[in-house]
Amino acid sequence: MSWHWQSAAAIAAAVRSRAVSAVEVARAHLDRIASLDGKLHCYLRVDEKGALLQAAAVDAAVARGEDPGLLAGVPVGLKDLFVTAGLETTAASKILQGWIPVYDGTAVTRLKRAGAVLLGKLNMDEFAMGSSNENSAFGPVHNPWDLERVPGGSSGGSAAAVAAGLCAIALGTDTGGSIRQPATLSGVVGIKPTYGRVSRYGVVAFASSLDQVGPLARTVEDCALALEAIAGHDPQDATSIDAPVPRYRDQLGGDLSGLRVGVPEEYFAEGLDPKIATLVRAAIAELARLGARTVPISLPNSIHSLATYYLIAPAECSSNLARYDGVRYGLRIPAEGLGEMYQQTRAAGFGAEVKRRIMLGTYALRAGYYDAYYLRAQKVRALIKRDFDRAFSECDVIATPTSPVPAFRLGERTADPMAMYLADIYTISCNLAGLPGLSVPCGFVDGRLPTGLQLLGPPLGEEVVLRTAAAYQRTTRWHERRPPLATEGVA
Amino acid sequence: MNRYEPVIGLECHVQLQTRSKAFSGASAAFGGAPNAYTDPYTLALPGTLPVLNRVAVEYALRMALATGCTIRRLSRFARKHYFYPDLPKGYQISQYDEPLAERGKVEFVLDGEVRSVRLTRIHMEEDAGKNTHVAGAPFSLIDLNRAGVPLIEVVSEPDIRSAKEAAEYLRALRQLVRYLGICDGNMEEGSLRCDANVSIRPVGSEKFGTRTELKNMNSFKHVQQAIDYEIVRQSQLLDAGERVVQETRLWDAERGSSHTMRSKEEAHDYRYFPEPDLPPLKIAEDEIERVNALLPELPIARRRRFIDRQGLSVYDATLLTAEREIAEYYDQVVAAGADAKKAANWVGSELLRELNREAKAIGDCPISPIALAELIGLVEEAIISGKIAKDVFAKMYGTGRGAREIVDAEGLVQVTDPSAIEAVCRKVIEANPKQVEKYRGGNDKLLGFFVGQVMKETGGKANPEIVNRLLKRLLS
Repeated sequence: MSWHWQSAAAIAAAVRSRAVSAVEVARAHLDRIASLDGKLHCYLRVDEKGALLQAAAVDAAVARGEDPGLLAGVPVGLKDLFVTAGLETTAASKILQGWIPVYDGTAVTRLKRAGAVLLGKLNMDEFAMGSSNENSAFGPVHNPWDLERVPGGSSGGSAAAVAAGLCAIALGTDTGGSIRQPATLSGVVGIKPTYGRVSRYGVVAFASSLDQVGPLARTVEDCALALEAIAGHDPQDATSIDAPVPRYRDQLGGDLSGLRVGVPEEYFAEGLDPKIATLVRAAIAELARLGARTVPISLPNSIHSLATYYLIAPAECSSNLARYDGVRYGLRIPAEGLGEMYQQTRAAGFGAEVKRRIMLGTYALRAGYYDAYYLRAQKVRALIKRDFDRAFSECDVIATPTSPVPAFRLGERTADPMAMYLADIYTISCNLAGLPGLSVPCGFVDGRLPTGLQLLGPPLGEEVVLRTAAAYQRTTRWHERRPPLATEGVA
Repeated sequence: MNRYEPVIGLECHVQLQTRSKAFSGASAAFGGAPNAYTDPYTLALPGTLPVLNRVAVEYALRMALATGCTIRRLSRFARKHYFYPDLPKGYQISQYDEPLAERGKVEFVLDGEVRSVRLTRIHMEEDAGKNTHVAGAPFSLIDLNRAGVPLIEVVSEPDIRSAKEAAEYLRALRQLVRYLGICDGNMEEGSLRCDANVSIRPVGSEKFGTRTELKNMNSFKHVQQAIDYEIVRQSQLLDAGERVVQETRLWDAERGSSHTMRSKEEAHDYRYFPEPDLPPLKIAEDEIERVNALLPELPIARRRRFIDRQGLSVYDATLLTAEREIAEYYDQVVAAGADAKKAANWVGSELLRELNREAKAIGDCPISPIALAELIGLVEEAIISGKIAKDVFAKMYGTGRGAREIVDAEGLVQVTDPSAIEAVCRKVIEANPKQVEKYRGGNDKLLGFFVGQVMKETGGKANPEIVNRLLKRLLS
């Protein structure tokens, strides 16, 4: 039996019933990574020893008759933004290369407690800045559906690894679409929860007011399972929400009768690939067939999302990345004098996109410019949020395309930052408003490049988003297709 | 010189003596091996987040309420950016345009008069670590024990008009934070630090002159010296027809002068923006009420009460209110029944002298307020003499025993029986015929000699008034 295509739910059930050992499942994944990841470059680091030890511990717990946890024996990959004790964490940046953390982040701790087996650290855009994974300091990830194309970003390694069966679940982070966009381009499910739903403690910060942790998986059910394991209040993150975590996995059944699905026309505008528009509208029609009622809504200020985002996110990143100064950890370029050491270390340690955003943010926060840029951006952000508040009085869930385009070719957009930024045009507003958003596969462009439907919910509306996506997935087969590369590899 | 009026405002940093740091659980203690009091957050390891220390908030609230500030029900933290190795995150979490408290005042006594300096604001922030430059070495040493220790910054209005007043204001501030139990006020160790903004203007002018900021003054004396130096320096510039340049100056205590640290043009752009990792700081009404209810009687009010209600001298009242613990001890002695003025004498002289001699805090005093009141009572009731009382006091201090117990055990009860005293007096007179002759010949001063002899004979137990009266009669 090829465990690498099994769902997390199935793996956990099999491990619990001793139909398979966690070690066997881990071994199967490690072997598959060894044979396939040379082509894909999803993993920056595979923790074979650690994974097998965790798997053995799960098996031992099962043998003792203990509850091994929600994710018993489920192989999980972690975006390299997650801080892992004893396991190098780089954020795909040269400036952090060699840093071995002394602590585990909250999401990692919770995964371990739930019996997950952590396979290793996944490739990403440096410091989560990018939409193609081409900004990794350690080389790009290749899309399993077409090796010449990008998997999306910044959680590109996470999305591609899940799509290629190199883990059952991957954790990603989403600041402006970094879970949903690569999920779409790689043909998997990804959810960005409500801001504060999952602790950010132990996640290398990019833009603190926008960053949120979430899972990627091949099924909605697996996303629900993983989210249930990692969500919840954390006293170590002052912005985490103190609200009980529902049993998401129990909320996935039923049809969609009575559900009001809001469709904002602003999200089907110029720049959207017409083939994607057709697939997304077909998906919305499927929701209607399942009992939902579509409601036209308007989100007029979403047009300003990109501009707003590119003031707030760089401003926060310029601040968050100030700590990479060569003094305490990571890269240091020795030089004459302190100022020179700072300059040379940061010049050598950060990639071009990271530097661009640090400069944008530094500019936006200068004395005398703060009001015109950062403060104004925050005001527009409030307007964007208000649009959503109003919309959710008319509908229960909002359906849009996730990405305006399918996976593009490696190198196609790297010379044009604006073209790259436009890849996130439909996902950013959700972060600015702090809402839960999910992308679920809804078809293939030209029959071979996956694309997705984005579902947005009100604050703490993870359940309605998951339920809608789960209903859609029960009557569609998109998520059962496997990338061609995978079938060529070892089974 | 006096053609100019100095205009001075102080910015004081007060370290809050909480157990843990402002935004993490690492110890906030002073000293310790370098970098012993650090944790992932203090080291600014990636992925760490600040969690606000609520005790620090309570301490800041105490100060804000004690100075009559208006408390913001919703204040905000902000990031202040600059690169330096003692600042691990590359920014300091501070408060900027929405501070915790505004518009208060600090009252103190200057040349016998109560002065009031207005406060602009009190805000919370975290301290930086310490860089040590090793002479000749191609590196600096960094100790992050202090990094993240909670501070409040107390910013005054430019209400101060002399260096001496600045020093008195600072002393009052120190006294206040000690009263409130939020800081030990140790300027040498840096738990209380002060920067001064100084300008001068022609007397009678309403317009402020160009100000300079003075740093690196770690004692009251330095503050006073540095400001005086700056006033003279600015006066000389203006007298010479030159202009004062806006700049930050560093006080050099050894040389007794200051020098330019950085000019206005070199000033940092701190790129403040609201701290996204911390929600706005909410202060609930009942929290304000709770903290307010727990505030001690403040020094200036206490001093007034001691003068007005207890009838103490300005000197005694000032002395006894210098420290909250001493004032409370004194209050307890009086509450135990001692006469207010006598209690002031005992506490202010005998007790403080003993404690100072041993550098002991009043909290460690072996004599309880009740025990001291008992001793004072014994004198009041003429059971022992004042002189004996001092011996008893010494014994109490040394052994921790009670006054009555010592007096009884050692038979120190005062002799007040006139016939018994008269017998001793006669004996002394008989034994000293020459002195008697001289006394009777007009040398009144010799009375003291006879009194001394009688006291010696009685082991100091004879009532001195009776001794005096009888000797005068017998010698006349």
